Amino acid sequence: MTILSVNDLKVDFDTPDGTVNAVKGVSFDIRAGECLGIVGESGSGKSQSFMAAMGLMPPNGRATGGVELQGEQILNLPVSKLNRIRGADVGMIFQDPLTALTPHLKIGEQMAEVLKVHKGLSGREARAQCLDWLDRVRIPEARRRLKQYPHELSGGMRQRVMIAQAMLCEPKLLIADEPTTALDVTVQAEVLDLMDRLKDELGTAIALITHDMGVVARMCDRIKVMRLGEFVEEGEAKAIFDAPSHAYTQRLLEAMPRIDKGEANRTETGEEILTVDDMKVHFPIRVEGGLFGRTVPLKAVNGVSFGLRAGETLGIVGESGCGKSTLARAVLRLVEPTDGTVSWFGKPLNQLDKKALKNERKDLQIVFQDPLASLDPRMTIADSIAEPLKTFRPELSKSERQAEVVAMMERVGLEREKYNRYPHELSGGQNQRVGIARAMINRPKLIICDEAVSALDVSIQAQIVTLLKELQAEFGMSMLFISHDLSVVREISNRIMVLYLGRVVEMGDADTICTAPVHPYTRSLISAVPIPDPVAERERARIRLPGELPSPLDPRAALRFLPSKLAAGEEDYVPRLTEVAPGHMVAEHDALEDIMAREKKAAA
Amino acid sequence: MFARSEKTAELAADITDFTAVRGRSLFRDAMGRFVRNKAAMASVFVLGLIVLFVVFGPLIAVWDNEEIDWANMGDILRNGAPSIASGHFFGLDELGRDLYSRTIQATRTSLLVGLIGAAMALLVGTAWGVIAGFYGGRLDTAMMRVVDILLAIPLTLILILILVVAGRNFVTLFIALGAVSWLTMARIVRGQTLTLKTREFIEAARAGGVSEGQIIFRHILPNLIGVVIVYASLLVPEMILAESFISFLGLGISEPMTSLGRLIAEGAGTMAHGTIWQLAFPLFFYVTIIITMFFIGDGLRDALDPKDR
Repeated sequence: MTILSVNDLKVDFDTPDGTVNAVKGVSFDIRAGECLGIVGESGSGKSQSFMAAMGLMPPNGRATGGVELQGEQILNLPVSKLNRIRGADVGMIFQDPLTALTPHLKIGEQMAEVLKVHKGLSGREARAQCLDWLDRVRIPEARRRLKQYPHELSGGMRQRVMIAQAMLCEPKLLIADEPTTALDVTVQAEVLDLMDRLKDELGTAIALITHDMGVVARMCDRIKVMRLGEFVEEGEAKAIFDAPSHAYTQRLLEAMPRIDKGEANRTETGEEILTVDDMKVHFPIRVEGGLFGRTVPLKAVNGVSFGLRAGETLGIVGESGCGKSTLARAVLRLVEPTDGTVSWFGKPLNQLDKKALKNERKDLQIVFQDPLASLDPRMTIADSIAEPLKTFRPELSKSERQAEVVAMMERVGLEREKYNRYPHELSGGQNQRVGIARAMINRPKLIICDEAVSALDVSIQAQIVTLLKELQAEFGMSMLFISHDLSVVREISNRIMVLYLGRVVEMGDADTICTAPVHPYTRSLISAVPIPDPVAERERARIRLPGELPSPLDPRAALRFLPSKLAAGEEDYVPRLTEVAPGHMVAEHDALEDIMAREKKAAA
Repeated sequence: MFARSEKTAELAADITDFTAVRGRSLFRDAMGRFVRNKAAMASVFVLGLIVLFVVFGPLIAVWDNEEIDWANMGDILRNGAPSIASGHFFGLDELGRDLYSRTIQATRTSLLVGLIGAAMALLVGTAWGVIAGFYGGRLDTAMMRVVDILLAIPLTLILILILVVAGRNFVTLFIALGAVSWLTMARIVRGQTLTLKTREFIEAARAGGVSEGQIIFRHILPNLIGVVIVYASLLVPEMILAESFISFLGLGISEPMTSLGRLIAEGAGTMAHGTIWQLAFPLFFYVTIIITMFFIGDGLRDALDPKDR
């Protein structure tokens, strides 16, 4: 049975620069119990087609064509009629679960609102239904959550609330617009599983809008590949992944790094240049309690040691809140480490005074996650790139400096015509090239990439990774590559270090970590990364750790993988790192089966 | 003439080097955008005319601003109306003095008070706010408590105290007005600085070895400028009004000197007698100055924001 049928939908926007044809005539059907994937990069018009179909367009947008929901024409209906459809027959979930929930309404109130509008339910009855759905999306302690505000929940939990809210009226169609892009891999896997179950159990049709081929491979039955407002390829998921016919689809699939295959970085490495020993970064956090509250240390980084050789890339992975970014900033002394030493070419970096540290900064550079935010909006990109030159090579004349900047811009793939542009005039990928050019201009010996490619589209991401590898081959710098995306890290790193709540749980060769992980946490992380191959992806067994990612403030959380010590009452125990193979370190842990069994017992 | 300096050498290289791309700077761009803004340019033109009037107006004045026209002061309503023949271009005021000369003198005072007061606020308030916001911690607390305390004391009281203690003259008046006007500015700037300093590009600059002082000048200040300039342009009329209030208390500028605020007050008082020109001329200059200030401030803000097209 066809739920939604879109026929030659066109969306135009009137802008001061003329009309923009965001969607140029797309047609598709979604049947009950089916998941249709709309794949494309930012600006391809994939979100806009659904927004237009649901009548959620900015005032300067126009939609023409036909959209039929269960045989009824809904395109350009007046808002009053659309409101009866939205929420009741069609549910929507968006990318950012924090901004999609009203911050000042409790979870229970937001959910009840939907029921009141569409079913006229309120009070006890409404609360019962909300509770029922929160249970069905597997939110622990659902009753308490009803009284909480959105900011009190974690990202994964918020997204589950969004789904529960969208499903309250049991809509026939669920539109999911990048539902897992902002989430960690393990949480992403949970949310995707949940959507899959809804599809099977209730026969809900799902339209999944995403740029992630791995997610598509796991979820979708049919795929439409969208580019510049048009479908360039469509068909069964398996067929498209096996034999993509359009050049764009092929490029998209090629650009997607795979965790199960591929080459790790094998560049020659030299002497150890950076040694971090027992680094600790604690932030005082004020919590309630007593008359004035009290401060407890948040152990963002809690005893991390590693070494980095010249020309080597060390990947640092972990879920949000594990302390990877704090670690990077502490190495560079952008935040002061609480304890531990950083030795850089034998010099103790954490004891240098301001002046000596400034001299070392020439060789220590960082590339940030958000390319736009890391550039001064009031400086031309050339000024931004030239800034480290002004600091470290003040003897250069203006024209020499210009020449250096232009040369570096061309090296990172920016045309010299862009010299006078401001950051907001460039795309995300171009801005990230500016960030890399700024970091590279003094030929540093170490570059830290803090989620440097996470905010970019897949194909741009691949280009930036290639660029970084080329630059490394040319200039021989070492890299600390921080990312939550294991597949990208595998592609670029020689070695990988896995962090969990501020501690190293496993460290070893990139290939070893990705193919033969030992620690339960690493295993669950790797198994949660979606692979862009529908057959392999659906056959894979997932290792699902029970429960949510615990809070770093909870002292017991650190021993999540050593429940035997917890049971023995040794809450301060620090798991030791042991070398299971040359260069492969694993933190002490109980067997996975034991952990699962204990958690199950605790839950029951 | 043949002296060699690095600057001239660079300039020469810049001019001869046609292949190199010319760098743009924020301020050069802003200039271009400002010149293209018609409303702002018209305002600059009008304000320029007023300044010219203040400078060269006295040259054609027939009467001095202190002189009393004894012949006509008996019947202001009939004989004191604006006329070219009598030499009273703007008419006479209630005491028979030439309003033309008095308006020129008043406009000069008010312009100076407005601009210098706003400039003081701009300099002191911005410096205070940036330092407090950027360095944070105890320094911030201490500096902001000073602002809080000063804000809590009634403004007039501070003004009166300063003027009484330091004596009444122009310089003290400017200092007194400046002393109270920067408080709100400091608060606004500090708030902006707090949000700016956690932005990633500041961290990037720090990682690039840029010193704290340079971060303030190169990154913080240019990003503050929009807010600061708009607020400063709002301060100009506020200063002019504050001055007329103090003068009304008898502490500011004293007779025979005057200011627009006082002229307007006097004109409004005699409006019922039919001598409407006593209100109209000062009011015209006052309103024109304020409107042009708003447009110029707005134009500057737009011009200094590269995102604006």
